[in-house]
Parts: sequence; C-alpha cells; structure tokens
Amino acid sequence: MLKIKNLHASVDDKDILKGINLEVNAGEIHAIMGPNGSGKSTLSSVIAGNENFEVTQGSVSFENENILELAPEERAHKGIFLSFQYPVEIPGVSVTNFIKTAINETRKAKGLDDMPASEMLKMIKTKADLLEIDRKFLSRSLNEGFSGGEKKRNEIFQMAMLEPKLAILDETDSGLDIDALKIVANGVNKLKSKDNAVIVITHYQRLLDYIVPDFVHVLINGKIVKSGTKELAFELEEKGYDWIKEELV
Amino acid sequence: MSLKEKLVSSYLAFESHLEEDSHVHEIRNKAIRTFEENGFPTIKEEAWKYTSLKSILKKDYSIFPKGNTAVEFKDVRQYFLYDLDTYKIVFIDGIYSSFLSDTTHDGLDVCLLSAALNKPKYKAVIEAYFNKIASKNSITSLNTAFAKEGAYINIPKNKEVEKPIEIINFSTGNEAALMVQPRNLIVVGENAHVQIIERHQSLTNNAVFTNSVTELFAEKRAFVDYYKIQNDHKNASLIDNTFVNQERDSNCNVHTFSLGGNITRNNLNFYQNGEHCDSTLKGVTILQEKQHVDHNTLVHHISPNCESHQDYKGLYADESTGIFNGKVVVDKEAQKINAFQQNNNILINDNATVNAKPQLEIFADDVKCSHGCTIGQFDEDALFYLRSRGIGKKESEALLMYAFANTVLETVKIPELKRRINKLIANKIGVNIGFDI
Repeated sequence: MLKIKNLHASVDDKDILKGINLEVNAGEIHAIMGPNGSGKSTLSSVIAGNENFEVTQGSVSFENENILELAPEERAHKGIFLSFQYPVEIPGVSVTNFIKTAINETRKAKGLDDMPASEMLKMIKTKADLLEIDRKFLSRSLNEGFSGGEKKRNEIFQMAMLEPKLAILDETDSGLDIDALKIVANGVNKLKSKDNAVIVITHYQRLLDYIVPDFVHVLINGKIVKSGTKELAFELEEKGYDWIKEELV
Repeated sequence: MSLKEKLVSSYLAFESHLEEDSHVHEIRNKAIRTFEENGFPTIKEEAWKYTSLKSILKKDYSIFPKGNTAVEFKDVRQYFLYDLDTYKIVFIDGIYSSFLSDTTHDGLDVCLLSAALNKPKYKAVIEAYFNKIASKNSITSLNTAFAKEGAYINIPKNKEVEKPIEIINFSTGNEAALMVQPRNLIVVGENAHVQIIERHQSLTNNAVFTNSVTELFAEKRAFVDYYKIQNDHKNASLIDNTFVNQERDSNCNVHTFSLGGNITRNNLNFYQNGEHCDSTLKGVTILQEKQHVDHNTLVHHISPNCESHQDYKGLYADESTGIFNGKVVVDKEAQKINAFQQNNNILINDNATVNAKPQLEIFADDVKCSHGCTIGQFDEDALFYLRSRGIGKKESEALLMYAFANTVLETVKIPELKRRINKLIANKIGVNIGFDI
C-alpha cells in the first residue's frame, strides 16, 4: 500500500529525514518509535503532504502511485489520513459542519454528489457512539477549548468518519488518560480491517498494549535503525533508546 | 468649479427653500461657514493621513437629484432582511420612497427626518437632540448644512421594539454621479430596546458619494444593536459619521461589515455620559482589488465604572488597503474603566496594505485598558490541517477566514442577518463551503 524508498526531507535547509525505507501493506499495523527530535512527526507530515517540508531525495508511493507531487487534499482523497499531534482550533466551525465539509469535499473530488443528510446523520451517530462522544460535543467549535483528550478523540472521530485506507496516528496517546486511551484504541481496533493499514507514531509502549502492532520500527536521527515485532517495543520501554544508539556507534 | 465651491454656492438656493424654524436654520448657517473655511479633509490632517478623497472629489456630482425614480420591489428585495417583519425607511437617490418603506407612529416613531424638522410636534425633540453630539468638524458640518432627509427614530421609555428597523439608501445611477447626505436622528428612550440595520446600496456602477451622519442617543438603561452593511459597488464611496451618546446603564453595540465599495471611511464615535455604560464596536472588513476602508473609532470614557470593547477583523486581498485608527480617551473622573481594543488583520496578498494605529489617552489612574494589533498571513499549520482532511486550498482558506471573523459574527443577534452576512462573505471570497456558520 505505502512504499517509502530512501526518503530524505528537510525544513529550512536542515536535513531531518536521512534515508527512510518503509513498506506498509494492507491489513498491517506499524509502530514507529523514537526519541524526541528523531523525525517521527516529520515523516508523518511528509506522507500527508505538508508543504513546509522539502523532499530532497527518494520516493513515496501509495497504491503504486507516486504521491509526492500531490496536494495534501489530493492525498486525503486517495485515502491517507493523519491524526495530528496538535490539532488546530477553528472557532465558529462546529465539529459536525467540519466533518460534513470534509466528507463532501472528498466525495466531490471523486465525482460523487453530497452525502444525503439523513445518511450523514446516521453515520455521525454510529461513529460518535463508537468513540463514546457526547452529542453536545459535536456542536462545539472544532477543537476550540477542547482538552488534550477531547482533541485526540475528535481526531479519531474524524478518522472514523473519513474511513481512510492508511491512517497515521501521530502521538495520539499524548495527553490521554488511561480511560480515554482505551476508548481511542478500541475505536482504532474496531475500524481496522484487512483492507486498511495503520501507522502508530509514539514515544511510549503504553498505547501499543491496546493497539498491537505487527511491526515496530525505531527511528533515530532521521533513519530507521532497527525493525522488529512488538517485542521490540517492550525492550525499548524497559531499556530506553541508548542501547540502540550504542549499537549504532 | 470644485465640489467645495459648488456646494457652498448651492447652499444659498437650498436655504431659500427651507420651511423650518430658525433654530435649525441657524445651525445650518454656522455649519456651512465651517465647511467653507475648512473644506474637505486632506491627507495633511493627521486623522486623514491614510485616506485621500482627491479621486472622489474630482467628479461632477449632482447635489440635488431630480428624484422619484421608480424602483420595483422585486429588483431590490435582496437588500431587505425580510419582506414583512421589519420597519423600513427607504430612500432612493436621497428621496424618501413611501412605496418601499414601512414606517410607524404607533407606539414609537419610525419616520422621516424631514417631517421631524418641519412639524411643530417634534420641535422639542429636535431642539433637544439635533446636532447635539455630531462633531463640528468640516465634513460633518457639510452634512449638517444640507441635512434634509434621513431616518427619524424615537423610541419611548420602556418600549421593546419587536422587529428590526432597516434604513436603506438606494442610488439608482440615473445621475452620472450623485452626492447624497443622509442624516439620521435616533433617540432610544429609557429602558427601551431596538435593533437597527443601515445599508447604502447603489443599483448601478455610476459614481455615488455619500456623506452620512447619524446621531444616536441611548437614554438610561437603553439597549441598542446597530448593524452597518457596507457592500456597495466599486464606484460608490461612503463617509459614515456616527455619534453615539450613552446615558448610565445603557448598552450600545455597533457592528460594521465592510465588504465592498470604493473608498469607505467610518468615523464612529462613542461618548459614555453615565456610569455602567457598555459599548461594543466590532467590524469585519474583507476587501479586494483597490478597495479602501478606513475605520476611525473613538470611545470617550467620561464617566466611571464603564466598559468598552472594540474588535475589528480585516482580510485584505489584491491591492486593497485597510486602516484602523482606534482612539480611547479616559477622562480623569472616569475611574474603574475597562477598555479593550483588538484589531487583527490578515494580508492575503503581498500587495495589500494595512495601517493600524491604536491611540490611548488615559487621564485616570485606576483603569484597565488593553489594545492589541496583529498583521499576519494565514496560519500554515491550520491550512495544512484542513487540507489534510480533503478540503481544497481555497475552501480551507475560506474556513479560516470565517474562523478569523467569528468573534465578530457570533455577536450578531438577528439570525437572518447573520445568515445574510455569512452569505455575503461566502460570495465575497467566492467559495461555497456547503453550510451556514
């Protein structure tokens, strides 16, 4: 589904990604772990099309199509979703109206008519229930005054509504208490199928107790330096990253 | 002959047709002298530094339109809030249109200034209020000298006006260039409530120059919501001079939506003459091409324990220019004042210009005054967030514009008006985002 080859990316002439190779297939869950500043969020931003980052080398293809020239919205239309570490506040635009716009813009790009209002309402209800989201929450302005946990839950709600093929969860666990973490993880697991894939980006192994990865990759200094199965995550939790850094020297 | 000379010499003819009492006539004579001495303001004056009237003044305006041009309701319907549920005072080329208006004397006066100036029964009100708070500067004096027609609204004590009042000035373009000077006098009695919408609208692209003066008196505990919609054609220029006098415990809110026109200058002045007054001045300005809007606000805190809130948001595209010149004066006696002023601007293109100039003159020592001005571009992170959800660049920018203007839009209290303004903004930015905000 996603193939990244020798990806180099920089921001303001500073190299952040220095040759990433990664392949994610349908039905898989990948975890990318690494210390602060290793390039985890840059990688997710580059996949989603953030124009602040310049790709200097390498390729990213999605379903066998080069996506590096595509605008962020075009990548979204193809089924790539990024759950933001810091979702942006949009005062005056309700959660419901925002998600309606996002869905209908995506449908428009595919040559479809707007989703009928009744169908939209039903879908919103189902997905909100899945994530235990209160109805009142949906009429609030997008992310405005939301707690950290509410913002993350709202990100996963949007993911549930947009039904992406590839979801990248960037530090979705940060700012979540254990109950909220379980709800979010449970939502992600229920949405998971053999046809879609998830990349979980995290500092800590904690989230991986609930969203169990098939593969774990360690990103240090802009490169994936080690890959393994979920046991690698436990090892990182126990020993930190220093032993890997030492191995590299 | 310059426009100034033309106006001064026309005054004699105008004056000879007046039928009103000598009190107002004297005011006029004094006003025309002020204008004759000072003329139109130029950029040499500090308050007009960023707004030059030169390009407007060189046109040959008709000052006394021949009048009574028929306008069909169906052609102007879109400019009214509702067909029925509002009082309407409508002027066509400066002349009252009884056909399009819906006035009343039943429990309140919603009628014409010309009637109020001429009929003896209004004499006491005119003497008490007319030209009492309007500034005596040159441009306002020009209006005072020729003040003949406009809205006269008098709401008695304790009256809660159940439907909004619309004041609409249409210009038909029957004259190649037209100058109009509407004059509104609004008195809101003790504990009375009213909502007013004011609009200037040209129906063709012919040049119009409007020099409007509104005096608004809010008596004790009065509550006034005033909305100005400025979405005129590209050859229509407007100088709006509005003066608000508040007595104790009154609450006055003026929202100004500047979405069109050629040159628009808003001189909005608030005077707080009693304790516990609350004043709100808000505006959304969205400009493109070479449009120019100059917001010149004054809040004069004369009495203690009052509040004022200013919030102006501006979005500027192409080569448009915006000015925000916000002045707050706190007199020595006006202790325990809270005065807030906020002015945020987004430059959509590199060629757009904003000049922001907050001025605080504080003579009291126990007050809270704050002001903040920002000039920036769209937040790149916010744009990326929206686009990553599949929303196109243009639509994402539109959503950010709405979000930016939201602090002003959210206090529009008439739902239908809010819907209309949202629509105007959507049209203005050329985007249909598929829902009303």
